[in-house]
Amino acid sequence: MNHSLLDIENLSVYFDTPEGVVRAVDGISFDLAPGETLGLVGESGCGKSVTSLSILGLIPTPPGRIKSGRIKFEDRDLIGLDTENLRRIRGRDIAMIFQEPMTSLNPVLPIGRQVAEPLMVHKDLTKSEAFQEAATWLDRVKIPAARKRLSDYPHQLSGGMRQRVMIAMAMVCRPKLLIADEPTTALDVTIQAQILSLMIGLKQELGMSLLLITHDLGVVAQMASRVVVMYAGQVVEEAAVTDIFDQPFHPYTQGLLKSMPRLRVRGDSRSQRLNEIPGTVPLLTEVIRGCKFADRCPHVFKRCRQQQPELFVIRNGQRARCWLKSYPERRTT
Amino acid sequence: MIRYLIKKLIILSILLFFVSIAVFSVLFVLPGDPAQIILGINATPETLANLRAELGLDKSFIAQYMDWVGNLVSGRGNRSINYDIPVYDLILSSLAVTGPLALLAMVFAVIFSLPFGVYAARRQNRPGDVTVMFFTQLGLATPEFWLGILLILLLSVHWGLFSAGGFPGWSTDFWGSLKALILPAFALGIIRAAILTRLTRSSLLEVLHEDYIRTARAKGLRERTVIYVHALKNALIPVLTILGLQLGQLMAGAIIIENVYYLPGLGRLVFQAIGQRDLPVVRDIVLFMATAVVLVNFVVDLCYAGLDPRVRLE
Ligand SMILES: Nc1ncnc2c1ncn2[C@@H]1O[C@H](COP(=O)(O)OP(=O)(O)OP(=O)(O)O)[C@@H](O)[C@H]1O
Ligand SMILES: [Mg+2]
Repeated sequence: MNHSLLDIENLSVYFDTPEGVVRAVDGISFDLAPGETLGLVGESGCGKSVTSLSILGLIPTPPGRIKSGRIKFEDRDLIGLDTENLRRIRGRDIAMIFQEPMTSLNPVLPIGRQVAEPLMVHKDLTKSEAFQEAATWLDRVKIPAARKRLSDYPHQLSGGMRQRVMIAMAMVCRPKLLIADEPTTALDVTIQAQILSLMIGLKQELGMSLLLITHDLGVVAQMASRVVVMYAGQVVEEAAVTDIFDQPFHPYTQGLLKSMPRLRVRGDSRSQRLNEIPGTVPLLTEVIRGCKFADRCPHVFKRCRQQQPELFVIRNGQRARCWLKSYPERRTT
Repeated sequence: MIRYLIKKLIILSILLFFVSIAVFSVLFVLPGDPAQIILGINATPETLANLRAELGLDKSFIAQYMDWVGNLVSGRGNRSINYDIPVYDLILSSLAVTGPLALLAMVFAVIFSLPFGVYAARRQNRPGDVTVMFFTQLGLATPEFWLGILLILLLSVHWGLFSAGGFPGWSTDFWGSLKALILPAFALGIIRAAILTRLTRSSLLEVLHEDYIRTARAKGLRERTVIYVHALKNALIPVLTILGLQLGQLMAGAIIIENVYYLPGLGRLVFQAIGQRDLPVVRDIVLFMATAVVLVNFVVDLCYAGLDPRVRLE
């Protein structure tokens, strides 16, 4: 696809650890069109954060290294781009919001300065212009008495307020792509809803693309138009958000949906336990010959353990990494 | 802030009370009679007794302690047995050497440790880092007096750049006095820099793994800004603790270096006073040193509050 803003192709990111090589991201591909919101979902440890950090070249090296692949952003490959050019893209064209608002802001610098910084490095604004603009943005993310808050320090703000500051900081340069790595996971439910609606509003206003990383399918349903499901460093399913919810193909995706509290209820007694996928994610240091989900899959059969399935096209816009595509009769229950 | 000051003052007075009792008791039971030392071994028992009465040495423990504290509190001050001048004057003139020496030493310590600590952290485990760590190891293992003597041999005796010791006095020869402090301050500073360098390095390495550093990089800040603004300000907080301890310790006088360089500082004063059983001098200096440590501590607290907005002075 030529019109995509971000195009990741066969990306592999490995970490060299004392326990062996961790294949945190193992040959993933997906793309993102201008203005699109893509949800990237999967259990903890499946490589979502590593994927997003490698886009901005923020993988700590060592121990990490990009084993292979391309990350194309507007016709430029971000892998192998020199540090200075990459730095100019960070915060200006691609901005990022992190999971932990408590630790992602510098505790010893006033928030006004932290929000104004991208403007000073990327837009050549003077200090007072940048602070002016920062105040406007703090206001836009609905921080009360924004102007007075410029000189506040992070510890003076609540978690939700800090995440608003993070959003303001990411938005000040009006990036083309915003990567939000579990932006609401650390917040309580009412604050989550506020932050999400704030992001929806800003996205509509600025028309940027959004790569939304989460393990909460409810958030995906609310925000994304397309979903990529990751498992143990690989893409296992990719589909439009309606297809993911209406006709998920991969047993892992189906398991994720079943474990979603909201879809589960439907007349069942409320005390029913959350339907979790049994088993655990395989060690990423192991080389697995067959399907990585085989050990936990309710439909597993011989072929699954012998050979890794490719991403088969299920229907227009939907692909899944599962042998059931070739052996539909094997789907039990 | 007012509450903080009052709290500090209360702590200081309690501390001084215990220090005064401790120092008084230790010197009281210490063998060696000041009267005997002043008069020499040929003194008759009568003259000895007279002098002891004059010095108040024949009174009870409590009475002597009350005399001493009474003099301090009333502002009369104590007199040196040996020099027969107020101890206050002795301390002040020694402080004019020790104070600048300590500050200069810390300036050396900081200007070496910060750049090298940052340099080493940024090149973790690479040759540059290993080299710096090697020299800090050397610095940790080097005795102060040995480095002091080595510097005298090299820079004073061999090259004749500095005098080999002594102190002309600030009013007589300002630049000469400053110059006399440079070598000893360097010797003191470079050895303290060894610890500070290692500390700066490890503290910075730790901070560089923090989430907010990743945020700073994700914003597209220059590496310079990331290190010197975002990381260093956080990394210096633990360094400041050790720096304060070192300064406090130096303010109490660097006995060995002051002796190597013949500097009339606090360390030498207390050293000689102990040898001469000049009890009022020893007692007052120890009290002064305790005060100095508390005061330095107070300044360090102020610096903490300046570096870290989460610290409240209460
Ligand atoms: N610095 C590192 N050193 C070694 N291994 C790492 C490092 N960073 C990540 N990993 C490994 O990469 C794998 C993927 O981690 P990642 O943080 O991407 O997971 P995630 O999908 O974001 O999970 P979560 O939902 O918990 O955030 C993990 O198994 C982790 O052990
Ligand atoms: Mg993560």
